[in-house]
Amino acid sequence: MAEPAQPPLLQMRGISKAFPGVQALSEVDLTLHAGEVLALLGENGAGKSTLIKILGGAHPHDEGAIEIEGHQALLNNPLNSQAAGIGIIYQEFNLVAGLTARENIFLGQEPSRVCFIPRSQEEEQARALFARIGVEIDPNALCGELTVAQQQVVEIAKALSQEARIIVMDEPTAALTPREVEGLLKVIGELRAQGIGIIYISHRLDEIDEIADRVTILRDGSHVATRDKSKLQRDEMIELMVGRSLEKEFPFHECQPGNVRLAVKNLSRSSKVRNVSFELRAGEIVGLTGLVGAGRTETARLIFGADKKESGTVELDGKPIGATSPRDAINCGICLLTEDRKSQGLVLGQTVQENFGLPNLKQFTQTGLIDRAKESDAFAKFVNQIPIKVTSHKQPARTLSGGNQQKVVLAKWLQRNAEVIIFDEPTRGIDVGAKYEIYQLIHQLADEGKAILMISSELPEILGMSDRILVMNEGRITGEITDVSSATQEEIMKLATQREEIAA
Amino acid sequence: MKSKLDARKLLSEYGNVLVLLLLCAFISIVTLEEQSPRSTAAANRLAEKIAQASPKGANVIVLVRSGKGQQEFADKLKDALTNAGLHVPDSIVGTPRDARIALEKQTATIAAIAADNHMATFCADQLPNLGKAITALNKTTVHQPRKHKWPNFLKKENLLNVLKQISIVAIIAIGMTMVIITAGIDLSVGSLIAFSGVITAVSIQHLAGGGDPTTGHLLLGSAAGILVCAIIGMGTGSLVTLFNIPAFIVTLGVMFIAKGLAFIFSESAPIPVSNEGFAWLGRGSDLMGLPNSVVLMLLLYVIAHVIMAHTSIGRYIYAVGGNPEAARLSGVPVKWVLVFVYTLCGLLAGLGGVMEASLHITGDPKSGTLVELQVIAAVVVGGTSLAGGQGKIFGTLVGALIIGVIRNGMNLTGVEAHMQSVVYGVVILIAVMVDQLKNRSAKTGA
Repeated sequence: MAEPAQPPLLQMRGISKAFPGVQALSEVDLTLHAGEVLALLGENGAGKSTLIKILGGAHPHDEGAIEIEGHQALLNNPLNSQAAGIGIIYQEFNLVAGLTARENIFLGQEPSRVCFIPRSQEEEQARALFARIGVEIDPNALCGELTVAQQQVVEIAKALSQEARIIVMDEPTAALTPREVEGLLKVIGELRAQGIGIIYISHRLDEIDEIADRVTILRDGSHVATRDKSKLQRDEMIELMVGRSLEKEFPFHECQPGNVRLAVKNLSRSSKVRNVSFELRAGEIVGLTGLVGAGRTETARLIFGADKKESGTVELDGKPIGATSPRDAINCGICLLTEDRKSQGLVLGQTVQENFGLPNLKQFTQTGLIDRAKESDAFAKFVNQIPIKVTSHKQPARTLSGGNQQKVVLAKWLQRNAEVIIFDEPTRGIDVGAKYEIYQLIHQLADEGKAILMISSELPEILGMSDRILVMNEGRITGEITDVSSATQEEIMKLATQREEIAA
Repeated sequence: MKSKLDARKLLSEYGNVLVLLLLCAFISIVTLEEQSPRSTAAANRLAEKIAQASPKGANVIVLVRSGKGQQEFADKLKDALTNAGLHVPDSIVGTPRDARIALEKQTATIAAIAADNHMATFCADQLPNLGKAITALNKTTVHQPRKHKWPNFLKKENLLNVLKQISIVAIIAIGMTMVIITAGIDLSVGSLIAFSGVITAVSIQHLAGGGDPTTGHLLLGSAAGILVCAIIGMGTGSLVTLFNIPAFIVTLGVMFIAKGLAFIFSESAPIPVSNEGFAWLGRGSDLMGLPNSVVLMLLLYVIAHVIMAHTSIGRYIYAVGGNPEAARLSGVPVKWVLVFVYTLCGLLAGLGGVMEASLHITGDPKSGTLVELQVIAAVVVGGTSLAGGQGKIFGTLVGALIIGVIRNGMNLTGVEAHMQSVVYGVVILIAVMVDQLKNRSAKTGA
């Protein structure tokens, strides 16, 4: 494929972006031509989302330049970005459920604020847009009643109606059925043929193989490689994404499994969790993985009593526990470190010490009053041991870095003498250095005889940390890998995408 | 750098105390007035002055304008003059006309007149003429206590009055603070005041069975009023938690229900309590001259502060408001915490109702109207965030004081009622704006 003479549709050069405590992007380059599909690959936390948020005008970049068709573009807010011809389709759609497809498409583009909206004209335009994409949707259907795939098409139509020439799709197939994925890929092919440049983000390498013309790979916020898809083998792609040898990334751990601590039998809740059964042994780290939406977090929440289970039992040391609330589960010695620390793990406005004390107040209370000195001493022990970087025990939890927030959450459970510890994405949003510390901590806990379930989407993490791996898909456990040392990411991905065979 | 930071922190945490002090200073200046001293000390000083200027045993007349506390002052003056060895043939408390009549009757030589400021002006006006006509008044000199300036606002009785006026709102605001810290709201407290007052009065009269109620009846009736409101609060909390209905809606409903029931139970008429002892809580002052309602208020604030700052339930209340999901996943019994705060808020509103009834010795279904808004205003002005998770009990007391002081200041300076309403509105808006700015700086400053 020869380089076109005219300037590329989109050129990002030397883009850097820092968040407090994290360098999210450093000097990333990205080029997109008209009429091509560029796959943007990278592990979680590699900086893909940050990069597209910069494109969408949601975050300003610190350094670097963005050119559209050779002209400098200022993307400092979403409106500018839209005007520059960039349409971003986020995982969470920006649609109003109570409005029709047509109304959603033209929301914010009404010709005038006082005029009547020319309904028939809009309807015609909407139909034309859908025809252009090659999908038939009733423009007057309420968006809330459309399927996820249809809503996605509405989003695409909305972008096209705003004359987008660059369309960015962030994990567009995460929630689609195989047939819908096929349909979407067809739509993307159609758009490409019309000269639109598409940036496609996905973890599913099959789709990349099928649709991408070129691939740009990010790792830890840096640009690693940009290649033509035809010249890039899948193994190489993964290697470039992962980048480092797994041995170095994870501390050494020898597993000496003891007795069965936790036994989960036939756990079910609607279609999210279906007949899940497994066991956790003392001193064992079990990795639970699968694609987003596979039901991993939901399973953890059922064990923890955070959601109500429809059927199944949870046994601790052979005795069934009827945990109907987190409080029950905590009293039995089960704890959960949630995926989203900010919204579920911590009370951000309270101090770190108060967060630490929250599940442990009984231990610190004497004659009805909280003994703050005692609480502070207990917390100080963990601050030194783990260690946690805090300036004072009265520091608001909000102001800590992700890694230290995770450690505060861990400290509060350790004070509680938790026996079964469930980590949900323990290193999400945490720096590489801090990750290693968290891994060490998890190992240490296993060595102390605690039973550990570690949920993670990052396959290297799963492979590097687990003594045993469980893989889920669509609410079921679709596979178990006991010999982790010889397991591969592909093996896991195969299990994670293994669907029910539909009888023909 | 550090001290600058500390200053900012101090200002954001105790900013409303500063506002309160500035307000007090401002109102003090505005209400600064010449005071006519009426204390015993002032009387003694005046008597001494007259004794020095007059021979022993000389006749001195006491002239005091009639009014509240004036008779006492006249008596004090008379005693002081007698003690100083002077003779007081006449002591007049009345109008200038009374004074003139009394003076015209004098036959013995009057050496001096001891007058208050008002009468002194009269004398300065009239005595030259009277002296020409009546020989007894020929050489009479007029003495008055030395005047001094003092703000009407800062008088002891006024300050106690401010405290007494805010006590009901401030006590209910304790419960409201806790509710708002959990990110809720309780609009029913105003109606609960009326309801509690009516229930209390009805129960007392019922218990007494037509006769005069005993102290036991008073206590039982009051307990009934408070208890019923606590139960209503518990119901509110249950609806909020079990059915996940927004607190605004639930308490709006309860507000109408309680108001209606108050009128139904009282048959739309105020119910008097036929035992003056019932006024003990609302009007009495037993401890060092402090009104009982004020003592109760201060006591409850200390208890509430200890609960919020030093007990598990207090910690839980903040956690539930700050992040209910994180709190639940940390094992906090979120639903119980919510039921607790609404129950407590109802209970305190019931207590407020008993206090209101006690103040008027009557259970009045019309009482408490719009008080919920004053209560919420006190909480908000006190720095508690409506978004939940943040707030301090003593901040609310300061908030109630700010509103009470503003009202008092406007009453003292004669600002009319409608204008007062405008000022309250402005104060609340400013408080909320300051709160927003504070939150913004807390987030960006982190």
